[in-house]
Amino acid sequence: MHAAPWPAAEKRTLIGQRIDRIDGPLKTTGTAKYSYDINRPGMLWAKVVTSPYARAQIVSVNLDPAKAAPGVKAVWKDDDLSEVQYAGQIVAAVAAETEEQAEEAARAVKIEYKPLAHQVVDSDPARFDSKKERVGKRETGNVDDALGKADTVVTGEYGIPVVAHCCLESHGQVAEVRGGELYLWSSTQNVSGYSDRLGDEVDIPQNKIHVECQFMGGGFGSKFGYDKWGVISALLAKQSGRPVKLMLERDIELMTAGNRPSAFAKIKVGAQKDGTVTAFETDVWGTGGMGGYGPPPMPYVFDRIPNTRLSSRGLRTNRGGQRAWRAPNHPQGCFLTMSAMEDTAAALRMDALEFFLKNVALTDRPEIYTEELNRAAELIGYKQKSHPRGDPRPGPLKRGLGMSIHTWGGKGHPSDCDVTINPDGSVTAKLGSQDLGTGTRTIIDIVVAETLGLPVEAVRVEIGSNAYPPSGASGGSTTVGGVSASSRLAATAALNALLEVVAPKLGVTADALEAAGGRIRQSDKPDNSISWKDACALLGPTSITKRGSNNPDESQKLHLIDEGVGGAQMADVSVDVETGIVTINEMVAVQDCGLVIDLKTAESQVYGALIMGITYSLFEEAVYDAHTGRMLNADMEFYRLAGIRDVGQLKVHMMTGKGYDERGVVGLGEPPVISPGAAISNAVANAIGVRVPELPLTPDRVLAALKKGGMLA
Amino acid sequence: MPNQQHSTPGAGVSRRGFLKGIGVGTVATGLLSPVGLKDALARENGFVGPGEVPVTLNINGQNRALNVEPRVTLLDALRNRLDLTGAKKVCDRATCGACTVLVDGHPVYACTLLAIEAEGRRITTIEGLGTPTNLTPVQQAFVHHDAQQCGFCTPGFVVAASAFVREHPDATLDEVRHGLGGNLCRCGTYAGMMLAVVEAAKAKGGA
Repeated sequence: MHAAPWPAAEKRTLIGQRIDRIDGPLKTTGTAKYSYDINRPGMLWAKVVTSPYARAQIVSVNLDPAKAAPGVKAVWKDDDLSEVQYAGQIVAAVAAETEEQAEEAARAVKIEYKPLAHQVVDSDPARFDSKKERVGKRETGNVDDALGKADTVVTGEYGIPVVAHCCLESHGQVAEVRGGELYLWSSTQNVSGYSDRLGDEVDIPQNKIHVECQFMGGGFGSKFGYDKWGVISALLAKQSGRPVKLMLERDIELMTAGNRPSAFAKIKVGAQKDGTVTAFETDVWGTGGMGGYGPPPMPYVFDRIPNTRLSSRGLRTNRGGQRAWRAPNHPQGCFLTMSAMEDTAAALRMDALEFFLKNVALTDRPEIYTEELNRAAELIGYKQKSHPRGDPRPGPLKRGLGMSIHTWGGKGHPSDCDVTINPDGSVTAKLGSQDLGTGTRTIIDIVVAETLGLPVEAVRVEIGSNAYPPSGASGGSTTVGGVSASSRLAATAALNALLEVVAPKLGVTADALEAAGGRIRQSDKPDNSISWKDACALLGPTSITKRGSNNPDESQKLHLIDEGVGGAQMADVSVDVETGIVTINEMVAVQDCGLVIDLKTAESQVYGALIMGITYSLFEEAVYDAHTGRMLNADMEFYRLAGIRDVGQLKVHMMTGKGYDERGVVGLGEPPVISPGAAISNAVANAIGVRVPELPLTPDRVLAALKKGGMLA
Repeated sequence: MPNQQHSTPGAGVSRRGFLKGIGVGTVATGLLSPVGLKDALARENGFVGPGEVPVTLNINGQNRALNVEPRVTLLDALRNRLDLTGAKKVCDRATCGACTVLVDGHPVYACTLLAIEAEGRRITTIEGLGTPTNLTPVQQAFVHHDAQQCGFCTPGFVVAASAFVREHPDATLDEVRHGLGGNLCRCGTYAGMMLAVVEAAKAKGGA
């Protein structure tokens, strides 16, 4: 019999290799159908009407002119809404025969508002009514005493603004009511749990809601629930008796469909002459818009600094509510902490790498960070390129290096998987998971194929529907652990059942058999074997279906999965001190994540995270106008994403092999997106000699920092 | 208190006035086979709309007849009328390139062209560039170098890259960076893309 833990390194044929994602051909040919691409017969188009005011009382909503507009088949307004809380908040919606008619009808809806005072600026806590703040305080050790005794105390102010998710496929779904059942094609990170509680809102029994999402165009934490637009589309579909497509317009998506909370902080670091940090004090504030606010973990990673104090204020602003954004709160905590740490190194006139290596003793994984920092230094040529803060070379182009370290949990979520072995030799794995583009489909395929000794092509993976065994939401880097454990357990159970059938034929007991190279064979006498197809034919007319259930704690004990990773990144930048433009020359990411299933898609996750990190470091910020309360850059021209020219040279190194593989699978999606802000900001400080206190590192901010530092003529 | 609605660019411009402004008559004279549109223009004294007008679009080598309002973009005509959903609607403002198609062989953002302007021109969409079982060299290279994650930007990049490699055999990384600067990806697949396009350009150069 075969136990579930992963095969030994020398026995693996697929796991850990670089394998093409199995849905690559569908994506490159435009064949992959995303929710936005679903066109149902007789489908209507829905458009929402949103508030132009950051805060206003709704005096009246008149849908009649919209009802009378050409092609309109259904209308909706939010009867429970008496006051809008942010610009872009949905008030009403229409559905019409064509998209153009729906746009026109949406404009015909008459809404009378009474504007009220609003607050959208989050950088200055003095503007806020302290009664409306959420305040938190925490202290370890004795910070005042430690700061008093420190050889150096460094103070700094830093900030990282609200950024949006900007998923290329906006939020939304197609809804259809047929025979009293609701069918939803939703762009979601959570097919199995997406419709929980939707039934009550649309008056359809919960078990009659069918959710499908074969492909989705990005979520990054913003697509877990059905949201207002899910309810609206279902109600419009019910009202009209027709399928309805409702995908948010780009501006509404940027204003309404989630943001990453901001974090501004005053930080005080106390350190000894040798660089050891003894005290870390943070006064942090920020906004989650109309959503809640939890302060970032501070000090980040350096959990064992003996004396720490964190006071926090969550500012409620008239902006769309916050949502999880890839590694919630970690990029903020990392940027604030690592910037203050690097400023401390500079104040001590200590080499930054030496300083970080000294202080990794104050983290939970000093050996791993030491190894990863040294590897990153090697890959970027730290020894050859590094210099103390301030590039001493003449000319307007200043070059610098910066670094950062990060951590994440990434323990697999609960997940059920059914693996079926059919008499014709075909194999299917079914689970209610989804592939966000991380490679989930491919991972499941590899795990099942490896377990059954088959090639990747021999396995059919069916995901993206709530009709399949339930699997967790894809958030927090929990998917790879969840689905690889459940599919490994299911495939192992199915194989064991097959081996029982095959054993008499080969004249041995089942526990003497193994599956490898497309055959079932005697482990210690491989010549005694039968082909996979012939083995499956022995099943007669009956398929084998076995369920694997990932209980995260049990799987962790089995070393199928684990939690907790480290990672180190370094950036090499050039800054033009005349224009303030920052250019990325090179970035290096060194990352561990336990056992890697597919090295190719794993590396892609890290490359992608570096690029997403470069984007929020250099360009991204939801800019709000204090006077009108509206987002000024709610489009992709001015809410800028990095293009292929902006990213420089990227190097990714995955820590694999002994010491890492035995841990089992750990999540990877979040961790590498955490460090870029800090690494790039530190590199800019190293280049120009002063800290640019806030991200993104736009030319105006760079020039202002140079000016403040007396370094601009 | 005046009524306030969320504003959409162009909302205040009448369609008739808009079409007059851009001079649809001039566009129409350049058309090769404006079967339905020409008749409509003659009938309407050089104006069309606001109702639907017949157009014939040559897409992936086939003539497709359809009725669209003059304000309908080529992108919306492809996606909403012809169920050719490979070109994606992302920014709808000529920024991101996810809707890139070839018009007479040149990459064009399909959200910037009205369907009626595309009549008589040779339109190639991603659906005309290989199939999952018969990938083009560019598509093969995209799969091999994993130049895709969520894949929503991928068709636009593949179309843009296909035009690029045809014009730049043996392109360098630097040329690729400039050549594909008109498309955006949120997942961050540029590293694989650069390798994929260089490889595809080499294959093309050697062909």
